[in-house]
Amino acid sequence: MATESLPELQAVHWRPLVDERRLARTAALWTATTTAHVVPFIGAGALLFAVEPLALPVSLASLAHAWIIPELYAQRGANVVRPKRVRAAAEAERVSVGLLGDLVGHDARELHARTGLVLERGAFGVWLVGPAGALLVRPGGRRVHCYCVRVNDPELPTGDRIAHLLLALRTDERGFATVANLAFSGARWRVRRRLDRAQRPALEAAARAARALDRRAMA
Amino acid sequence: MSRLIRMDHTGHTTLAEWTADDPAAVEAAVDAFRAQLELGYFGMVSTGEGQAEQVRELPTGAELVIMRLPISGG
Repeated sequence: MATESLPELQAVHWRPLVDERRLARTAALWTATTTAHVVPFIGAGALLFAVEPLALPVSLASLAHAWIIPELYAQRGANVVRPKRVRAAAEAERVSVGLLGDLVGHDARELHARTGLVLERGAFGVWLVGPAGALLVRPGGRRVHCYCVRVNDPELPTGDRIAHLLLALRTDERGFATVANLAFSGARWRVRRRLDRAQRPALEAAARAARALDRRAMA
Repeated sequence: MSRLIRMDHTGHTTLAEWTADDPAAVEAAVDAFRAQLELGYFGMVSTGEGQAEQVRELPTGAELVIMRLPISGG
């Protein structure tokens, strides 16, 4: 990745620039928040059942809350790469995908054709870039950060929308992660369950690449 | 042959094409590039695998210069 800052950073000058430490802290905060949501509901459900077995329905409802809340967060994360209705003409889509194909290698091109997402290796991990968001699979492949980020022109074809994000990411990865809005950070398996089936191979490919990054870092 | 393209609603539009030994074409490309900057586009060139750079002047030696719009958090 290049070292020049993204000009878009000026629009979010109050945000601290994302770095490894900040990503780790964000991950820890999300884990703590999820735990804070889940543990009380599990505890309340178990306690209610222990005190009064007839309160089983209420206990089950409490356990359901413990399950549903993290799932809703994960859904929010997966939504950043959920395919949206295409507004551009078919010919424009074809042309834009051709340009995008020129910017990426064969493997990424093939993965995009199957999943609609472009895999890009970065310093923070492995990115999956979609038309209106990006997933960052951290080294090791177990955690995913989901970012909502887009180009502000709804008429652009999807290939161009991805190319905009890809070029920005390649220019300044830290700036890209700073400009983007974090929608979710959590376990890969949670996000995977909420992705469209067609997109899941992209997350699996990114996880494989992220595990390789982790091995390289440890070597 | 170098190209200046803009990503837009048609997929992309070629704004200029030039070769280094054609000063008139280079000048036209530089004007087209500056006009796009005025409209709020950023000039981008690929600088290797997984790398890109924002340019403020037309790099006349580049094969492909792409104009992109600003991005923002959604």
